[in-house]
Amino acid sequence: MSAGAIEVRTPGRLAAAISDGWVLTKRNLLTYIRKPDLLVFSTIQPVMFVLLFVYVFGGAFELILPPTIPYVDFLMPGIFVQTAIFSALQTGVGLAEDLQKGLIDRFKSLPMARSAVLAGRTLADTVAIVFQVLLMLLVAWLVGFRIHEGVAEALLAFVGAVSVGYAFTWLAAFTGLSLRSVEAVQAASFTIVFPFVFASSAFVPAGTFPDWLQTWANINPVTIWVDTFRLLTLGDAYEAFRASSGDPIASLGTLMWQSTAWFLGILAVAVPLGVRIYRRT
Amino acid sequence: MPDPTILCEALEKSFGEVRALRGVDLEVQPGTVFGLLGPNGAGKTTAVRILTTLLHPDGGRALVAGRDVVREAEELRPLIGLAGQYAAVDENLTGLENLEMVGRLYHLPAAEARRRAGAVLERFDLTEAADRPAKTYSGGMRRRLDLGASLVGRPEVLFLDEPTTGLDPRSRLEMWDIIRELVHDGTTLLLTTQYLEEADRLADLIAVIDGGRVIANGTSDELKDRVGGEVLAVRVRDREKVARAAGAVLGLGPGGGKADNNTGEITIPVGRDGTTLLTEAVRRLDGDGIELADIALRRPSLDDVFLALTGHTAESAEAEADAPARGRSR
Repeated sequence: MSAGAIEVRTPGRLAAAISDGWVLTKRNLLTYIRKPDLLVFSTIQPVMFVLLFVYVFGGAFELILPPTIPYVDFLMPGIFVQTAIFSALQTGVGLAEDLQKGLIDRFKSLPMARSAVLAGRTLADTVAIVFQVLLMLLVAWLVGFRIHEGVAEALLAFVGAVSVGYAFTWLAAFTGLSLRSVEAVQAASFTIVFPFVFASSAFVPAGTFPDWLQTWANINPVTIWVDTFRLLTLGDAYEAFRASSGDPIASLGTLMWQSTAWFLGILAVAVPLGVRIYRRT
Repeated sequence: MPDPTILCEALEKSFGEVRALRGVDLEVQPGTVFGLLGPNGAGKTTAVRILTTLLHPDGGRALVAGRDVVREAEELRPLIGLAGQYAAVDENLTGLENLEMVGRLYHLPAAEARRRAGAVLERFDLTEAADRPAKTYSGGMRRRLDLGASLVGRPEVLFLDEPTTGLDPRSRLEMWDIIRELVHDGTTLLLTTQYLEEADRLADLIAVIDGGRVIANGTSDELKDRVGGEVLAVRVRDREKVARAAGAVLGLGPGGGKADNNTGEITIPVGRDGTTLLTEAVRRLDGDGIELADIALRRPSLDDVFLALTGHTAESAEAEADAPARGRSR
């Protein structure tokens, strides 16, 4: 037996999992720093959405909103969720890239925790999501977005939007490891995410949709999340608007409960799927 | 004889319809270099992936450093190193960061990981490039970094899957020197290659693998003996006279031989009477006034061996075996 083998410590399982996960989180964060264009370009897109909706469609949309709710205040909770979800798709691209380059093979041949590659990837991408949502907050402020409720409620909405992103990193991880090629992952993830993000109340009140689309929009988790964050940032004004448009909203408590359930539900499905496919890869 | 460091028994693996391994037996003794030689799609990478715990076999068993690759995978991983066909380094990290990361994943303390990373960079002549992102490295440098990454954990058993594929000739020679040096340190090494010359130069023992089966086993010399004795190689200076020269000397040996009009080379298997036939050949050609560029007795190359064993050359097998090769990553 060589001397080298003896020097290697064998930490406890949990300690190893945390240490290995952290090593890979750092590695992925370094990639964001070394390739800033990755973040820059994925941030430009939501900024363009904000400008498009606020300045191009905003005037028309304001006709259906009460004077107490400027369209930008209505829109931004939807944009935050959209930003978090789109940003989360990077997880799938990153994993497909690692697969193609043989890095996953290397990691799997090392005596590291099996969980570390996925944990490190989803965590680093969640840090990127925090950064992007913060950036969007700044842009929102510049185009006139203001919160109607307290800072605590706004903070809760912020944490909520980032959590949504985290749940989607796991869905993206599964997609990335299933499809294995960067191009396929990029094409597929957008297609999968599209009906969730756009067929929701994220940009316009779902009350304006045709019946069949409303049915979908009302069970769509994005609608539930966005409504929750709207209630947290717009407060009574939003509740009154929904009541007056004949589509009363559930109480904050109910919405919080439903939002959390969707978040945990997605994780409960996506994490085992991701881990399973990683083990078989 | 001590226990073999690598032992495969009746190893089988299929990817759907494709039978990548059909009962492979291998034995690698401690401290030796073992060459797994075969064309693309022969099953080399599948075998390496099973031995490095990346893939579960469908049948048979494999022990590496005394551990079962399936049941004791976790105990085995600290003892092995793998450098793959694709230089598996993170191109956005510097050379140093890449090696430190691998060291940390072997659970070395930070300082030790850093020290070893520095030592490996120095050994592979990468110290100057240590703080540059790996994407700025040349192909040869990346491959050295990849090999370095597999050594940070000081493995007992090292697996190199086609370590020189895609390298230019100079980088290939450098890589050969590095690999030879590794062996001096007592590491047991299994390398796969489609280059017959590479197996010839580096490996103590060679297994020729084709279509998921080991079709021959032995030292380079033993394999060459299977083609039978030596080969007389004659190179004619004037290409116009190749046919005439061939007529003069082809009948000399016990049978067979071929003339190549493009290179002007005529090769004749000569069995055991090489020297006598060499003299006779020189006399005949001189008598005909044919000028020679070169005449030599050589041992058959592994190319000759591969042809004799499989009925096709290593290169021509590549095209037909492309599909199974893609199964590697599944």
